[in-house]
Amino acid sequence: MAKLSSLSRKYIMAFSGLFLILFLTQHMTINLLSVVDSLRLNVFGAEESNLFNQAAYFMGNNPVVQFALQPVLIAGFMIHMVMAFVLQAKNAAARPDGYQYGNKARAYNWASMNMLITGGVVIGFLGLHFYDFWIPEITAKYVTGKAHIGDGPATEAILADVNRFYPELVHRMKYPWRVAIYCGSFVLLGLHLNHGFQSSFQTTGVSQGKYVEGIKKASTAFAVIVPLMFIVVALVHFFIS
Amino acid sequence: MKLTLHVWRQKDAQTQGKMVDYTLDNVSEDMSFLEMMDVLNQQIIEGGDEPIAFDHDCREGICGMCSMVINGQPHGPQQGTTTCQLHMRSFKDGDSIYIEPFRAKGFPVVRDLMVDRSAFDRIIQSGGFVSVGTGAAPDGNAIPIRKEEADEAFNAATCIGCGACVASCKNASAMLFVSAKIAQLDRLPQGKVESKERVRSMVAQMDEEGFGNCTNTGACSAECPKGISLENIARMNRLYLQSSVSPT
Repeated sequence: MAKLSSLSRKYIMAFSGLFLILFLTQHMTINLLSVVDSLRLNVFGAEESNLFNQAAYFMGNNPVVQFALQPVLIAGFMIHMVMAFVLQAKNAAARPDGYQYGNKARAYNWASMNMLITGGVVIGFLGLHFYDFWIPEITAKYVTGKAHIGDGPATEAILADVNRFYPELVHRMKYPWRVAIYCGSFVLLGLHLNHGFQSSFQTTGVSQGKYVEGIKKASTAFAVIVPLMFIVVALVHFFIS
Repeated sequence: MKLTLHVWRQKDAQTQGKMVDYTLDNVSEDMSFLEMMDVLNQQIIEGGDEPIAFDHDCREGICGMCSMVINGQPHGPQQGTTTCQLHMRSFKDGDSIYIEPFRAKGFPVVRDLMVDRSAFDRIIQSGGFVSVGTGAAPDGNAIPIRKEEADEAFNAATCIGCGACVASCKNASAMLFVSAKIAQLDRLPQGKVESKERVRSMVAQMDEEGFGNCTNTGACSAECPKGISLENIARMNRLYLQSSVSPT
């Protein structure tokens, strides 16, 4: 395989990052449906609200999502993560001897200088998130054939129940330590996104002239809104659901 | 002013260096930083030691020869200024100043504060020029160029190739320098003809020299004595992408 140039590695980071940003937007949208459900059920007194259940069931059972998009998502995430470590190793090799006084160069923000730290926290958070939702779901569907809600027994009937997703989400969000970890991780995700979003447009060469300021503002808006919405989801289910 | 100076001393490229402390008295705030270094060297010579080797030439902020990282910042604390144009009024009596060479694999230390920046020369040699005949000056003037394009080309051309971008970047990336040269020529009709070959060649040589990858922190532009814009890097990125998709 031909050796990748420094810019090619950056393109891989940028395009995989933009792909993950799209996924994040879609994930946030579906999660917000659970907030709508919670408000309808607990605040406005609706007897039934299954928006989140329907969306989650579709995502969990649609063959295109499961067998085409999900592997692409996992590959995109792995590529983004592995390339981050490759770049870090190459960058460290580019300055074998550091400054005695430390590098005090003016930089735009803390996030831009610490993407590996914020990204590492996101990876750690994903470990918990997978433990909470993805691994039990995959195990139930493809290994045991039985699902459970909360601490209840695993049965085939629950696995077939279209409306099992919302109660499981609410159950997971009843623990303060978990909500605290989720919220803290989303703050660091926001910092990661704030630099990553605009950086991907810089790397792909879109960030030029009249677009520069707009992209920076859009990046900040995205980095605030998306993690904030995820925090809202966790807090609504903790306090209201 | 009385200053305590911590200066990197290194006999040659093969020898391990270390910080050496000096005390310098009666420093005038009107001295340039390099004049202060001259006075320090005089004191060292009178003490029977080898003077500190450092790069300098025009001392007018034009040639890009002076380097030095002063208290962790290439060219020191004053933004938009080369070391030779930095004056001691930027410091105060009793200050401790750390003076180190630019640090990068692509800029090996030759002696004390001098580094070998010939990597930049090799990058320019790989494609930072116009090889087609462009005629004489009147021929150049016969081609209309938008004012904005001419201004941006000129802004990119103000890069003096000092290497502060590499020294300041946490990844020791040379992309601001390389992109300034690429963008300067790409904005002009005479240079645009070879833009795709140029960007491929110069990026390949940049990688060959061992510089790091840009992570868009913006430190290079913030520390650049000529304020070269990050938009040049975006332009280089776009050109390289276009060149990868459509090589000719």
